[in-house]
Amino acid sequence: MSKRSSYFLISPMALIFAIFLVVPLLTIIVVSFWDYDEYRILPDFIFENYKYLLGSSVTWQIYLNTFKYAALTWGFTLLIGFTVAYFLAFHVRSLTWQIVLFMLCTIPFWTSNIIRMISWIPFLGRNGLLNSALMGLGIVDEPLEFLLFSDFAVVLADVHLYTLFMVVPIFNSMMRIDRSLIEAARDAGASGFETLRHVIVPLSKPGIAIGSIFVITVVMGDFITVRLMSGGQSASVGLQISNEIGLLQYPAAAASAVVLLVTVLLIVTALLRMVDIRKEL
Amino acid sequence: MAKTREKRPTSFYFLAAFFALFVLFLYGPMLTIFILSFQGENGGLTFPMNGFSAHWFGNLFEQQAVGDFGGSFLRSLKLGLIVMLVTVLVSFMAGLAFRKRFKGDSVIFYLAIASLIVPSILISLGIGLLFNIVSWQPQWFTSALGAHLTWTFPFGLLIMFAVFNRFDPSYEEAARDLGASSWQTIWHIVLPMVAPSLIGVAMFSFTLSYDEFARTLMTAGALNTLPLEIYGMTTNVTTPVLYALGTVTTGFSFVVIAIALGSVLILRHRKGQKA
Repeated sequence: MSKRSSYFLISPMALIFAIFLVVPLLTIIVVSFWDYDEYRILPDFIFENYKYLLGSSVTWQIYLNTFKYAALTWGFTLLIGFTVAYFLAFHVRSLTWQIVLFMLCTIPFWTSNIIRMISWIPFLGRNGLLNSALMGLGIVDEPLEFLLFSDFAVVLADVHLYTLFMVVPIFNSMMRIDRSLIEAARDAGASGFETLRHVIVPLSKPGIAIGSIFVITVVMGDFITVRLMSGGQSASVGLQISNEIGLLQYPAAAASAVVLLVTVLLIVTALLRMVDIRKEL
Repeated sequence: MAKTREKRPTSFYFLAAFFALFVLFLYGPMLTIFILSFQGENGGLTFPMNGFSAHWFGNLFEQQAVGDFGGSFLRSLKLGLIVMLVTVLVSFMAGLAFRKRFKGDSVIFYLAIASLIVPSILISLGIGLLFNIVSWQPQWFTSALGAHLTWTFPFGLLIMFAVFNRFDPSYEEAARDLGASSWQTIWHIVLPMVAPSLIGVAMFSFTLSYDEFARTLMTAGALNTLPLEIYGMTTNVTTPVLYALGTVTTGFSFVVIAIALGSVLILRHRKGQKA
């Protein structure tokens, strides 16, 4: 194949990315310096949007809250995802069973995220299953209120939605580990835990990094989970942007978007130092 | 590897129990709404069941009751199918292109990664603003289509990378030696070999688009897609019709997976027969 045909083959993808990714992101950056009133956005070059955004203590609160969601979700999805991947990769012995159990984990992924979120409501609600069970068993006298419409509910739903994003890349890394390395560790007298710590975890690092990038970027930009599961009582950066969009304050939303983009890119850059993704494919 | 059956270590049972709990965690809530969608006519959003009926499913299809469920479903279906076809074709082309180094290949690669990690609401906002400034009307088949493609292309491209990295080029060489043109090589050799992965790309891109909310928010224009409709319902509907909707859409997703898996199996079977 000639170079010309390479350019021909790549042009549709390049074109779509240019029109629907690059230009829109540049538009956001430009509009973040524009002015606005109740009806329109006005071309201009002002720093007011940023000044207002970064000067407000609300912004810092919201960022802190978003980082809290991201950190908690990351921690839980990593712990659960690593354990599940480890079980599938090293304890399930036949390939058929590995595939069957793996499919079992992926099936819920194929249904709507919003439906998966609201499916927690009858479980966590004031009269939900969990509260009924706890009261029935006499563990609590009154329904626990913190279960639904709270930070707890937000993190729980995030973990429910995104743990698979950790399982897949970590499992993938683990399946590439040469099994003779583990035997060698055992022959050299390492305990199971030592093998895990000195062999498996370091060799699973690329998967851990890719999963982390996925989970953290998704949670940093999320607004639906926060709105639905916190019942509107908590905020995140994404929710703030979506609210500003709702109020037609586009330049303000654009400034928030630029700050969020920079934050996410910084986090991803830090994580990419751990791994060369192109080598992982 | 030796096939001796070692005794399972104790850790196996702990991990197996952990895995079982994880599966319960994944499926439990979905099962709850599945059961609750058969709530009786006077039943509410939580247990106990107040009778047993298909009332809420019927309610779902009365347009005036819960908005335009049928219309938004059809739009999402059409959009998903267009996204699917475009993604399969474009990712396959890009996969072929990436087998050789070309100028700007890493730019495209990092654009795809960027497309994956830029928060979806930013794509929505950017495209919405762009259309606003140039005074184009956002439509589900223009702006929303583009927004969805930025989400499905990276997945398509990464899958194609994985496929072509494990692809044995000697088959193509053989075809060329026998005098096949590059078109014939692609059509008769490469395409059949990667077909199962292309079905994977198709299935992935369809479900990603069918379920996409954030990227559709500012790009769908005047007419809702299904996720937007569902989202609207979560904020203003307080009857089990919501659960009926969940059950129906989940059921539909399962049909789609079944079709995709079925076609992979048929392809495998045919290949087996030819050999």
